[in-house]
Amino acid sequence: MSTLIVGASAAGLATAEALRRKGYTGSLTILGAEPHLPYDRPPLSKQVLSGSWEPAKAQLRSAEALTALDAQFVLGDPAVHLDTAERAVHTASGRVLKADNIVLATGLRPRTLPGQPTLRTLDDALALRDSLLGCARAVVVGDGVLGAEIAATARQMGVAVTLAGPQQAPMALQLGSLVAGQLADLHSSRGVELRLGAAVTEVDSGGVRLETGEVLPADVVVVAFGSAPATDWLRDSGLTLGDGIVCDSRCRAAEGVYAAGDVARWHHETLGRMVRLENRTNATEQGIAVAATILGADQAYTPVPYFWTDQFDAKIHVHGFIGPDVTIAEGSLADGRFVARYHRDGELVGVLGWNMPKQARQHRQEITRGCRATVAASTPGAA
Amino acid sequence: MKITVDQDKCCGAGTCVLLAPDVFDQRDEDGIVVLLDAEPPAELHSLVREAASVCPAAAIAVSS
Repeated sequence: MSTLIVGASAAGLATAEALRRKGYTGSLTILGAEPHLPYDRPPLSKQVLSGSWEPAKAQLRSAEALTALDAQFVLGDPAVHLDTAERAVHTASGRVLKADNIVLATGLRPRTLPGQPTLRTLDDALALRDSLLGCARAVVVGDGVLGAEIAATARQMGVAVTLAGPQQAPMALQLGSLVAGQLADLHSSRGVELRLGAAVTEVDSGGVRLETGEVLPADVVVVAFGSAPATDWLRDSGLTLGDGIVCDSRCRAAEGVYAAGDVARWHHETLGRMVRLENRTNATEQGIAVAATILGADQAYTPVPYFWTDQFDAKIHVHGFIGPDVTIAEGSLADGRFVARYHRDGELVGVLGWNMPKQARQHRQEITRGCRATVAASTPGAA
Repeated sequence: MKITVDQDKCCGAGTCVLLAPDVFDQRDEDGIVVLLDAEPPAELHSLVREAASVCPAAAIAVSS
């Protein structure tokens, strides 16, 4: 048997490791668009950007571990076409790689503006670090997790930072209004200027203009306003695409073709709808699920979503979903240490820890059964 | 099997504890990984390897 994994980041690596761990002895090829061996992305906006880690520390595995994996890495050669019937991937350099199983783990492509830095890859992070080191004023456009993390890191590097975005508070969508408000207070208290709740209408190298007419001058404008699944290269593959690669509940996109990580949209049986998750844990867990499917397991992939973010001295961990009814179960907002529990229609659907990772994880065990009603109720019309 | 953990890399997800609570724990104050058993018995090896692979911060290394 032969397996080709397209994507040499967390999801691709997890798939390869899980295949070997479960006894797969066939050939294994990992194709990566970037020239680097697998590295981790969460540290890019924090430790790598700040310089507290050497880039090498963000590598996902040691040289020995990669050798033990017994996989062939083909790097710096983006996939440009999938021939689904032939199970062949064509690359930018003209290679044609065929395999019995093909795993698609190409991740996300950030939305960009010409000439403005963003942050997705290691090279992006190092370039942005160089820009910020020589910069007095930066504007970060984007109030999601990436924008908020970049703003926090840049501020800690001594840069005067303004964070702009359309939400009322940073990460309001992911954290709910209560905790996003706490995060806004944290950013403000550390000197980040917040210009939220107003759309950005113009960006150039000199700064940003808001819909209110306010102009935010900047030496560097960082754009962090979203991304899209990297599926352009699959347009003529015959696979079903729709905000990601559409898969069944086993993460199968077609016979012998699977998807894992940010790029995969699959049927989550417990939730009863199609789901695509952009977080680090899902990349790994879905890779493991794909490996099991390849090796003949017939098991639906039904994770409880989880993500974390570190900003200034706050470590925020979210398990499950932010529901409408919130109670503080441990600690307090005033202490900067708490666990919030989220309910919908009386069911526990999510847990959030603020500087209480262990305690949040302990509450997580109670979520699993609650997911179904919640999400169905919160996303009317979702298939 | 010999396990090492990098507390500087650990993000406090606790995924390892969910998989192998006899081998890993988290500090109460900040959730950072605590290694309870650096050389666990053979019956736990498979779970430990999975914990190392699934760790979202790549903070667990296993050598044989």
